[in-house]
Amino acid sequence: MSRRQAPSEPPLRRAAAAALATAIAVALGWAVLSLPPESAGLVQEAFAELERSGAANPVTAVLLNYRAYDTLLEVAVLLLAAIATWSMARADEPDRGIARGAVLRGLARLLAPLLIFVAGYFLWLGSARPGGAFQAGAVLGGAGVLVLLAYGRRRVLPPPALARLALASGLAVFLAAGAAAMAAGGRFLEGRGELAAVAILVVETAAVVSIGVTLAALYLGGRPPAGGAAAASHAGERGG
Amino acid sequence: MSTALATLHALAGAALFVLGLYALLVRADLLRRIMAINVAGAGVFLVLVAVAYRGGEAPPDPVPHAMVLTGIVVAVCGTAVALVLAGRVAAAEEETSGGEGSAVAEDGEGR
Amino acid sequence: MSGALLAAFDAVLVGLLLWLAWRALSSPEVFAGIVAFIAFGLCMALAWVRLRAPDIALAEAAVGSGITGALLLAAWDRISRPPNARGGGRHEPPAGAE
Repeated sequence: MSRRQAPSEPPLRRAAAAALATAIAVALGWAVLSLPPESAGLVQEAFAELERSGAANPVTAVLLNYRAYDTLLEVAVLLLAAIATWSMARADEPDRGIARGAVLRGLARLLAPLLIFVAGYFLWLGSARPGGAFQAGAVLGGAGVLVLLAYGRRRVLPPPALARLALASGLAVFLAAGAAAMAAGGRFLEGRGELAAVAILVVETAAVVSIGVTLAALYLGGRPPAGGAAAASHAGERGG
Repeated sequence: MSTALATLHALAGAALFVLGLYALLVRADLLRRIMAINVAGAGVFLVLVAVAYRGGEAPPDPVPHAMVLTGIVVAVCGTAVALVLAGRVAAAEEETSGGEGSAVAEDGEGR
Repeated sequence: MSGALLAAFDAVLVGLLLWLAWRALSSPEVFAGIVAFIAFGLCMALAWVRLRAPDIALAEAAVGSGITGALLLAAWDRISRPPNARGGGRHEPPAGAE
């Protein structure tokens, strides 16, 4: 970075920040220590309805049934972040001379299929054991980052239409599931009855793909050029 | 707090939050500030999960767990957008301070 | 494992968390700070396991540590070495780059 940095903060500001931080630290510490030994929370209610919720893992039940609306908004936030990053930058940077050796490529070839498999495993397991859509999507995103690192964005970019479809599909399926619950006579996103487990699995599957593609898109750091990988390669040669 | 373990982690979470807050106020460069916000967020999550802890046998309260999961994902989204913004700020500063050549070409390519 | 051993493990883990966070935010080189941040994320995953939150541990290791670390490194690369300022090949970041 250029030498434009502001001079180190004046001591008065540092002292004021330190004083503020100390005051907040004392207040927080006192608040933590004076919490009651056992807060009731919602444990009883959560576990009482667990069989009817469609998932045996209580965290999954909370995420995709009791508080499904929060999860819907979270998927929307993911999409928003992808839109925001893609609208502010482009991904057609020339190769930076980064050494992409055989070891990295071999590692990507070895790990990427394994990561996809692990993601599917987490997705399937998430209804009964620790796991679930976000963990699976995160692993899938990691696989995307690995492939982007190993092969360079010039060669592995998908067609932008496909990428945009994948980005939006998670939210779309989630909304459709909520609407289907309404069509079946309940309220929006109401997860009740035998269809709750099926709905959870369908929503989670779409969310896994969407989350993985979104995380890789966030790492990409900009919208891919209109022609996909070929155009990126061309731009790279021009600009590189 | 149900146990000493939970209290320990909750206090650590409070300390992390204060650490992140102080670094946010005092550091000048953008990447450190973004990291400071992440550290403060991690402290908040620690406090939440420590409150949900119920000891070695009873299952923990799943609702704060779900909240923290959502929080982690939202935090990474915010970090990604903030980093793109930081890149734009750096590019603009390169321009105005007359960096050699230009980090950002006329029509916005290269960034 | 006995209770005393676990208590020692917890104390060391919490100390490591605080020290790594401090290093991440106050090391003189940004790159070292980002590396400390990634390690901090992994130690947080251990803390989640200790607090009986395995779902959060999985998500933290993958997203909080891995993806956030990759984002930070990519951004640091772009910011400290603007693409057209120099030719190809690796360069050390300017000394004292913060």
